[in-house]
Amino acid sequence: MSFIQVRNVWHNYGDNLVLEGLNLSVSEGEFCTLVGASGCGKSTFLRLLLGQERPDKGELLLEGQPLAAEPDASRGVVFQRYSVFPHLTVLDNVTIGLELPNAPFTGRFFGARKREAREAAEQMLKRVGLGHALGKYPSQLSGGMQQRLAIAQALIVRPRMLLLDEPFGALDPGIRKDMHELLLELWRETQLTVFMVTHDLSEGFHLGTRLLVFDKVRIDPHAPQAYGARITYDIPLNQGRTSAAEAIASLPPHVVAKAK
Amino acid sequence: MRFINRRPSRGGRWLLALLPLIVLLLVYTVASAVRLTENAEDKLLPSATQMIDAIKHMAFTEDARSGDYLFWSDTLASLTRLLLGMGIAALVGLFLGIASGAFPLLGGSLSPLLAVASMVPPLAILPILFIVFGLDELSKVMLIVIGITPVLARDLEQRAREIPAEVLVKGQTLGGNSWTLVLRVVLPPLFSRLLTSLRLMLGAAWLFLISAEAISATSGLGYRIFLVRRYMSMDIILPYVVWITLLAWAMDYALNFVNRKGFPWSVGGQQ
Repeated sequence: MSFIQVRNVWHNYGDNLVLEGLNLSVSEGEFCTLVGASGCGKSTFLRLLLGQERPDKGELLLEGQPLAAEPDASRGVVFQRYSVFPHLTVLDNVTIGLELPNAPFTGRFFGARKREAREAAEQMLKRVGLGHALGKYPSQLSGGMQQRLAIAQALIVRPRMLLLDEPFGALDPGIRKDMHELLLELWRETQLTVFMVTHDLSEGFHLGTRLLVFDKVRIDPHAPQAYGARITYDIPLNQGRTSAAEAIASLPPHVVAKAK
Repeated sequence: MRFINRRPSRGGRWLLALLPLIVLLLVYTVASAVRLTENAEDKLLPSATQMIDAIKHMAFTEDARSGDYLFWSDTLASLTRLLLGMGIAALVGLFLGIASGAFPLLGGSLSPLLAVASMVPPLAILPILFIVFGLDELSKVMLIVIGITPVLARDLEQRAREIPAEVLVKGQTLGGNSWTLVLRVVLPPLFSRLLTSLRLMLGAAWLFLISAEAISATSGLGYRIFLVRRYMSMDIILPYVVWITLLAWAMDYALNFVNRKGFPWSVGGQQ
């Protein structure tokens, strides 16, 4: 049985059909990158996986059980912006991930428990390269450091899967490369199932073990919202790096152009 | 150089800040001296010595009738009412603001109610307060509470809604429940905002306090200035007004200080 099973999922915003008849099955530990033109539903799909929205039709299963209809600790997430708490220091931003699930009344630890949690958080922060910035507030960090923090925060709760919504979209290319390395290392260490939405095709090919292209199969020129997107290409990647180059060549030009 | 590009130097800034005050004081002193030479019994523009004498009398000699030092007992009475009123308003406002802003189900009922309540002119219901709560302390405190709570609550409600959805989702993926999310994610930024809102509401709070004291009280800064108006005692009224302004300014400064020290991230994150 596959880890995540998506069965005939439809989703629309009013008259705007975004996803139609989506089917997908993903096994544990895969790194799926989601690409496609703007408005093709890849972020919507991520929000469905996250539980922030519910599908109109169809179902999403995690190990055969329907996913909870609201966000929970089984799914970690990193957004492009606003992923961390501005009012907590770097250290507390990660510590809170240990406190919230285990302190349902106070939402925080005290005394020895707090010290332990902070030590664990510090380990995690050192791992992502933020060991020198524990006492700073997010507003004092650069964009790349904020995203490192957001990743550390998401991983500390040990989620079953990690959802990334264009996490590096606002970073400059050099920083982005560093983040790619970090993310791949963390993925290898944790063996997490990752879904990552990106606008950057080469990023999608570089990182993923599987590239999912979202695109509309049918288009009515008079009513562009009438039909939704499906996964039109499902490309296994990085078994050998050469397959990526072949796969790019096999994409029709309009997909490549739109995704850029 | 164009006027629009000219900026004061460091020392010049102090000079510019003090200049209008000095000019005002000067104008007052001259006008007061002119009137007093014409008529030594003039009460409209008392001299500095007259005002100091009056305040000495109010602050450092016992009142013949009550045995109180009136200046201090007035200050104490007013500050007690004001702080009590603002404290209750802050707590209730924070509670309503979070309930309405963070929970859509509660907001559905609370939000329109607060919108309507904040439009009721508080002074118009002062008679009702006197009837319901009597003429003593409670009605004055209640006027401040009723006057500023809806505005505070609406402001905080708005701020709670401005918390990005991403932040709330993130809190849920870290395992928070509704209560701990409010405690750890919603409350801290709103508490900081509450201090700022309170600063903005200080003027209104003093307005309600002095109105209530003017109408029905037996002590308080507002009561005193309205009482001595009967004797045209400008030598008491003017220092009282300056004192009220100073108190209000000190409270404003204190709230800002607490905000900066307690919530360093709210002002750019300096430690």
